[in-house]
Amino acid sequence: MATATRLDARGMKCPMPIVKTAQAIKDVSRGDLLEVFATDPGAVADFGAWSRSTGHELVASSVEDGVYHFVLRRK
Amino acid sequence: MNEQPVSLVLFSGTDDKLQAAAVLTAGAAALGRPVRVFLQYWALDAFRANRINSRLPLAPEAGRDGEAAVERMRVGGQQSWAQTFRDAKDIGDVDIQACSLSMDVLCLSPEDLDPLVDGVEGVTAFYVNAGSGQLVFI
Repeated sequence: MATATRLDARGMKCPMPIVKTAQAIKDVSRGDLLEVFATDPGAVADFGAWSRSTGHELVASSVEDGVYHFVLRRK
Repeated sequence: MNEQPVSLVLFSGTDDKLQAAAVLTAGAAALGRPVRVFLQYWALDAFRANRINSRLPLAPEAGRDGEAAVERMRVGGQQSWAQTFRDAKDIGDVDIQACSLSMDVLCLSPEDLDPLVDGVEGVTAFYVNAGSGQLVFI
């Protein structure tokens, strides 16, 4: 099982959740996971688009009580 | 990645327009797209080392309600446009150039500018670096 790094982007406005994710994934080893929590309403569209464009796989995406949860695997 | 550069010409020196430009820059940088920023007139003035942290006015269309909305965001901890540009540079290929004509108009020399600004160039160099990509003017 790959280790997961956590990023709390709750409360951050667009585009900071993606900017912080792009910063954080640089410190993740290839194949390892980055877990992100966000509340920005554009997050679902943005994380999907960012994953498709950068090639970092979006392994899981869910929402609970207004908090979005994404799991990304570094390519 | 052989992405077309995103080229932004910043003219306005109001907080809201600089904030919008910083968001567009950071978003493109996060996608791995090179961003070329050309600073003219009042936007360039806002990048002076001794002014980059000062409070700037909003565009006239903001009105009182707009001012209140932006103030709520600021008090709520939204980071400054300058910090968003720094973050964009940290994650991607962002090159910020001062327009040489505007440098003359404002009587500025390169050492008057914040380190966010990478250099001074004329409009010809900016167009050549922009390639065939689109230009956005803010």
